[in-house]
Amino acid sequence: MKSFTYIRAATSDQAVQSYAQAPDSRFIGGGTNLLDLMKMGVERPSHLVDVHRLPLTQIEEHEGGVRIGALASNTEAANHRLIRERYPVLSQAILAGATQQLRNKATCGGNLLQRTRCYYFYDPTYAECNKRNPGSGCAAIPGYNRIHAILGTSSSCIATHPSDMAVALMAIGATVQVVGPQGARSVALDEFYRLPGDTPQIDTNLHSGELITAIDLPAIPYGRRSVYLKVRDRNSYAFALVSVAAILDMEGGTIRQSHIALGGVAHKPWRAALAEKHLKGKTLDADTLRAAAEAELKDATGYTDNAFKIELAKRSIVRAMTTAAQMEVA
Amino acid sequence: MPGVIGQPLDRIDGTLKVTGRAVYAYEQQVENAAYGVLVTSTIPKGRITAIDTSAAEKSSGVVMVMTHLNAPKLAGLKEQKPSPVTGRVIQAFQDDLVRYANQPVALVVAETLEQALEGAHLVGVKYAVERHAVDLDGRISQAYEPPKAGGQQEPSASNRGDMKSGLAEADQRMREVYRTPFEFHNPMEQHATIAVWDKPDHLTLYDSTQGVFSDRERVGHVFSMPSESIHVISPFIGGGFGSKGPVWSHVVIAAMAAKQLSRPVRLEVRRPQMFGPVGMRSQTRQELAIGAKTDGSITALSHDTVCQTSSFDEFVETASLSARRLYTAPNNSTSHLLIKSDIGQPSYTRAPGEAPGTYALEAAMDEMAYQLKMDPIEFRLKNYTDSDPNEKKPWSSKSLRECYRQGAERFGWSNRTAEPRSMRKGNVLVGYGMATSIYPTRRSPANASARLNGDGTLSVDAGTQDIGTGTYTVMTQVAADTFGLPMTSVKFRLGDTDLPKTPVSGGSQAAASTGSAVYLATQALREKLIQMAISDAQSPLSGVSAQDVEIQNGRIFARSNPSKGEALGQLLARSGQPFAEGKAEAKPGSEKERYSMYAFGAQFSEVHVDADLGQIRVARHLGCFAAGRILNAKTARSQLLGGMIWGVGMALLEEGVMDRRLGRYVNNNLAEYHVPVNADIGVIDAFWVDEKDEHVNPLGVKGVGEIGITGATAAIVNAIHHATGKRVRDLPVTLDKLLV
Ligand SMILES: Cc1cc2nc3c(=O)[nH]c(=O)nc-3n(C[C@H](O)[C@H](O)[C@H](O)COP(=O)(O)OP(=O)(O)OC[C@H]3O[C@@H](n4cnc5c(N)ncnc54)[C@H](O)[C@@H]3O)c2cc1C
Ligand code: SF4
Repeated sequence: MKSFTYIRAATSDQAVQSYAQAPDSRFIGGGTNLLDLMKMGVERPSHLVDVHRLPLTQIEEHEGGVRIGALASNTEAANHRLIRERYPVLSQAILAGATQQLRNKATCGGNLLQRTRCYYFYDPTYAECNKRNPGSGCAAIPGYNRIHAILGTSSSCIATHPSDMAVALMAIGATVQVVGPQGARSVALDEFYRLPGDTPQIDTNLHSGELITAIDLPAIPYGRRSVYLKVRDRNSYAFALVSVAAILDMEGGTIRQSHIALGGVAHKPWRAALAEKHLKGKTLDADTLRAAAEAELKDATGYTDNAFKIELAKRSIVRAMTTAAQMEVA
Repeated sequence: MPGVIGQPLDRIDGTLKVTGRAVYAYEQQVENAAYGVLVTSTIPKGRITAIDTSAAEKSSGVVMVMTHLNAPKLAGLKEQKPSPVTGRVIQAFQDDLVRYANQPVALVVAETLEQALEGAHLVGVKYAVERHAVDLDGRISQAYEPPKAGGQQEPSASNRGDMKSGLAEADQRMREVYRTPFEFHNPMEQHATIAVWDKPDHLTLYDSTQGVFSDRERVGHVFSMPSESIHVISPFIGGGFGSKGPVWSHVVIAAMAAKQLSRPVRLEVRRPQMFGPVGMRSQTRQELAIGAKTDGSITALSHDTVCQTSSFDEFVETASLSARRLYTAPNNSTSHLLIKSDIGQPSYTRAPGEAPGTYALEAAMDEMAYQLKMDPIEFRLKNYTDSDPNEKKPWSSKSLRECYRQGAERFGWSNRTAEPRSMRKGNVLVGYGMATSIYPTRRSPANASARLNGDGTLSVDAGTQDIGTGTYTVMTQVAADTFGLPMTSVKFRLGDTDLPKTPVSGGSQAAASTGSAVYLATQALREKLIQMAISDAQSPLSGVSAQDVEIQNGRIFARSNPSKGEALGQLLARSGQPFAEGKAEAKPGSEKERYSMYAFGAQFSEVHVDADLGQIRVARHLGCFAAGRILNAKTARSQLLGGMIWGVGMALLEEGVMDRRLGRYVNNNLAEYHVPVNADIGVIDAFWVDEKDEHVNPLGVKGVGEIGITGATAAIVNAIHHATGKRVRDLPVTLDKLLV
């Protein structure tokens, strides 16, 4: 591990300032991803700004919705009354991820910025990885790509974003609050993440040195009718092959509107806008759901080992929506 | 004698383990020890053309970088031969050849672990890459037949009767190919060694090893030293599963570095580095053919296995062995072929051979049972053998019929409706499956000593290892019962070459081998004390016949008149000796010539499969075993469950995925190499039938370390077929294989 300097920031401003003072700084939250990457030699920061103790851990009502402090732990967010009551899909998504121990340590800000689990990215002794080493090529495309993306891929990178939490946040339509050298701003989650294009080395549209301070959830009056479905090889402690966050607004048997986001299929949590559009105003039945899923996955590309995800994603959408529709919601 | 043997006692080292006070190899306090980190090859085949160590050497805290350019050449590493049981061919910087990915190519030693990691990161290796060959399929024409196979060194091929005519006379025939992937042991505790040269010609190794004595012999040979000059200490081991049986390169490298530096060196193989240099189970291709009459009698059964070995050593995954003897099958042939490949050396992995072999055999048996429209248990009973048809010897004992019966009853097998997909509940496809377990019973020569101390306590020693199975506990139980003392008055030591010589803890033989030695040594001590008493004029037992003397609770007395006697301490005090000692060696006798010795079992599984998404959950899994005498009902059950859970992993999850283009395993960590977790399994249970075996060894134990995994995988995969109607023959059965 490369030697680094370390400071524990007391305020957000101090954190942002300290970050800017070294050429190769990183914020560290729970460290559950960053430390792994440092041990593997993927991340080699010269300076760590520990934001773990910043007083940004509140989860509270905010402009009709809820604001989650960036340093709230994954466990705190999942178990908070406001989240469990108003956004059960988020609670379920967080609890479907990692393990209890990891969730206790992991922060919500860090969760958004965890990096892909692509094998070739995670081990710097692989020569080819455009995300880690721009221009070096992509080992996953000709290599083993069972866990890789089927939507929004490029010839430079087919990695997925691994977070479960972010998939639920994408369905909810969350906004990320950040503060940086240029001051504070807010970024819609859909704008926050990027597709790989020919710059897969850039995961998000955060500017250098920007600190996440909070995640804002808009009010969703019908948010209780929601489901997080995670399909994976192992029933716990495994990343999603495909996941679906679904929120459903029903009027009798008719879909007033729906929010659907997919995980495990793209470089970002994938908002299934085509499926949502297809469903709007329709009577919910198996055929309609399947047609919506087909519409969403129309442009999906399967690689050597992951083509099964296309059918799996379709079936998962149908299952999640069916389950949501059948929920008893008070 | 109603004693502690067999009782479900907690392990005596349990508290130490859960409170973190059990000291494992890497944690031993050794003064001034430096930290080593290996650099391993990133290509599977080629030559090292240059190694740039300058940045690493300049990096803070680094004290040495060792490569093939500056490493001492060791006579003992020249012309290594494909190995006997525990001495694998290893690479320790003796040349510039790269034979597999992850082969150690350099060692960086530094003051701290972090500094060593950084140094390792800075080592630049250049290779001349050569074309590698890592596949099994597509290279079968290059396979060769090894003459011998397995721990028992059986012939690698066998034949009785005539397969062709056996198949011709059958009413039903099946022939299918089953595949199992590369599987890695992944013990929780990584391989680790601390090497300390106490003197220029004396080495102490704190090593996480399944065999302290084989360890010192092999290291002694490598360094051209008598093995007595090497002291191996291994009090606790966080799992081995076969991987810590042989001495691998890191042990030798740690000792080389410590010697070079004149300073102790600690070396842990990092998790990603454990995929290659420390053994694995080879992938297998197994072809099964069965012919049977309408009444279910098998007329022909063949099992042909192809697996891989490295380019420099030989190991056979003996998957075809069980098919020689599990069923009558008058016409039977089995074989093993090996393909040399540019991979790390495959080696012993929990139930080597039997684990993948019983998977394919018992899945094929299930297929034939369905073809015959016969209950799978009925089909097996129809072909039950009361003697070993391969060796033409009687079994030392076999209670498999009881296992089928009691297992089926407890599981509720009769609730199964025969038709696949017939037990569906909503979105959930329910399936039942069963399979047979079989594992050989062996033992090797083992020694032990037992001392009665002045304070009346018993000290029992044997060099053996506790690889997490409960050896400390069961040996204490054996000694306590044999000597008539409570457990708390017995202190058992192990894991040290200064103690009496014992074999490797592998092949499910520790309890049988070392247990027998402990039993005999404690008996020897009893007899010695009885002789002392009856020949001591001052003893109240003077002149009493030896048959009439009993020892219980620290007292020696006459059975015919229990008031006639004294405390053992008094007897000892009069002798003027600080202690009395009994020693024994327990050696296999002629039992092997006379009997075929195996443990058996029957496993049952209920799986739930999501009809749309293919997700599989083992809802219930039950094993019923016959494994001779059970020394501790709790630790034995844990071992059986552990084996069965390995079976779940093998069926559903485990696969070392090779990127064939690069010749490297890509999922080389515990996040991506999946082993089962609690959430994967609902209810799991193991029990056993009473079985007395007077032939296998003095204790009558058959060992329970490996039998649990055999048959477990097939039971699950058969249940998946019953649930879904789909036969997936390539393991693991992941959900994508059920979607199509
Ligand atoms: C074995 C394992 C299994 C896992 N399984 C799952 C799973 O199934 N599903 C899932 O969703 N996740 C899973 N995770 C990932 C886990 O959720 C993340 O590691 C965790 O959420 C990261 O949070 P952290 O606070 O520890 O981040 P850190 O490791 O501290 O940081 C991660 C990144 O975010 C940056 N960062 C941290 N905080 C801030 C901030 N406030 N502002 C700006 N940048 C910041 C850091 O610089 C770093 O780049 C798993 C992790 C492990 C180790
Ligand atoms: S998929 Fe992306 S992260 Fe993975 S190897 Fe290719 S470029 Fe790197």
